[in-house]
Amino acid sequence: MNREQPAGAVCADPVEAAGGRSLSTLFFSDSGSVLGVACRMSSVASTPRQPSGGVRTALEAWIVQWGGAVIDHVAAIGEFAFFCQRTAMWLLRRKPRPGTLLSPMHQVGVRSLPVVALTGTFIGMVLAVQSYFQFSKIGLENRLGAVINMSLVRELGPVLAATMLAGRVGGAIAAELGTMRVTEQLDALEAMGADPIHYLVVPRFIACLLLIPALTVMADFMGVVGGYFYCVFILGIDKHFYLYHSAQFVGGFDLVVGIFKSLFFGGVIALISCYRGFHCDAGAEGVGRAATASFVLSFVTILVLDLMLGIVLDVVYSVFWPSGAKLF
Amino acid sequence: MVAAGDNSVSVTVEDHPVVRLDDVTVQFDRQAVLRNLSLEVPQGQTLAVIGESGCGKTVLLKTIIGLIRPSGGHVWFDRYELAKMRKPLLMRIRRRFGFVFQQAALFDSMTIGQNVAFPLRQHGRYSDAEIREIVRDRLAEVGLPESILGKKPAELSGGMRKRVGLARALVLDPELVLYDEPTTGLDPIMADVINELILRSRRQHSVTSIIVTHDMRTARKVADRVVMLYPLSRLGPGESQVLFDGPPSQLDRSTDRRVVQFVRGEAGERLMELRRGSTHRAESGDG
Repeated sequence: MNREQPAGAVCADPVEAAGGRSLSTLFFSDSGSVLGVACRMSSVASTPRQPSGGVRTALEAWIVQWGGAVIDHVAAIGEFAFFCQRTAMWLLRRKPRPGTLLSPMHQVGVRSLPVVALTGTFIGMVLAVQSYFQFSKIGLENRLGAVINMSLVRELGPVLAATMLAGRVGGAIAAELGTMRVTEQLDALEAMGADPIHYLVVPRFIACLLLIPALTVMADFMGVVGGYFYCVFILGIDKHFYLYHSAQFVGGFDLVVGIFKSLFFGGVIALISCYRGFHCDAGAEGVGRAATASFVLSFVTILVLDLMLGIVLDVVYSVFWPSGAKLF
Repeated sequence: MVAAGDNSVSVTVEDHPVVRLDDVTVQFDRQAVLRNLSLEVPQGQTLAVIGESGCGKTVLLKTIIGLIRPSGGHVWFDRYELAKMRKPLLMRIRRRFGFVFQQAALFDSMTIGQNVAFPLRQHGRYSDAEIREIVRDRLAEVGLPESILGKKPAELSGGMRKRVGLARALVLDPELVLYDEPTTGLDPIMADVINELILRSRRQHSVTSIIVTHDMRTARKVADRVVMLYPLSRLGPGESQVLFDGPPSQLDRSTDRRVVQFVRGEAGERLMELRRGSTHRAESGDG
């Protein structure tokens, strides 16, 4: 940043003022309107700088930098919320256009199924490998089924299916919509009187929301099969005890919890990927960055949501089944 | 002239042109691209907007169609003020527009037939048989055979894509067609084909057109009137952004040096800037 510039000039680009590409540009949009808001607000907050220099000038510059960056983040979150609100409005107001739903559903459901099944199988077997050593030391290897299957249906199944979806479909959605933005196809849609949110975002949102439970069930099932196969046929654990302990510890609530969480993951993946695609920077580099950023942000959000939902659902469980485990 | 009221949508204008911009300012990140621009385009006129890259030509088109909202001023289309219009109504009004994008902006995931049929399906008042017939007619008008109906845009050449874009823009018989650099990137023959198509569409459908271009052949051949914009960053204080407004035949007689330089394609003082830049770099390198 040029220290000789007046405060207004510094505010003209809060991203630059923050010392390069701020987190929010990776996270959210750096579209004109957001920066415009950020600039206006930071220009109000800042006072004209004296060319005299010194500690005071440096402090003012620091406040302008960080203030601008914070306002930029808040404005970006607001814009994302506005995007979600518009999606919800279109979702409730009008059915998706005929023919727009089939392609995203095929992409999300059918084409993701093999990779989700494969990774599910391996994660089940990996769990068996990792936990056998510890459990055999204390003579509890017969109870491995409970540990493996509980971990799978409550945590690993939904998170794994969501991660694969974020990587395989989320990145593709961001890249596709980003290319449409760069080549003016989104403008063309609007120019012809079609709302891009209704036409492009709503079908992708519905596809992710409806099909991620199916992918989660597939990941759970293949994980259970993989874990059983490794424990019974490779490690030689008695299959009767393996299944008995699994049935004793893993309940319907655990399966429902996993599927319930996956609905949130699917919605978040669709919204973040579409948002990043819509606010893609110009050029091939911008499209690539949108795809990467959508995966990174989706994955981080999935894990944060997983923690929060885990806490909330445990509280719900303890309310309905007071004798069960209580978190706090 | 304008019977203004709080509800700008229902405001009526007496003796109104098709498009009118009143004191329009558009800015991004506090940097103005258009400043206090006023412009009127009467019914049936073909206006060419010329100017060098970055002078705000495309921004002007997108402001007229409501894709960019101005930070100040008013944009009128027919009796409606677009700048303050609510989105659902704006969407309906846009069906009276045709927009030919610079790179055609055809939808990659659709076939050519689906692309041209898109505005008709969006309009929702046509049967499948009618749509097929209209699409075939429109493609024939721009000189494209039926055999391309099932192809994807990626399989066509740049000139063919532009022609499909033109067919798509004209499919609903719009009252106003906006062209964003229709001949840029095309060979001279294909550029002339596009010029002819613009003239023909004007004759057949008597549309009002605004053509953004820096191709002087297009401006001279198809336009009734030419407006030249100049980048704000290069303007002196108090100068208007419109350097020229008149018939194309008057372009060569302009007294403004910048207009003459643009029309003749002469770099002028830009050459001096280039020389100054290289001298400066050489001096920095020596230092």
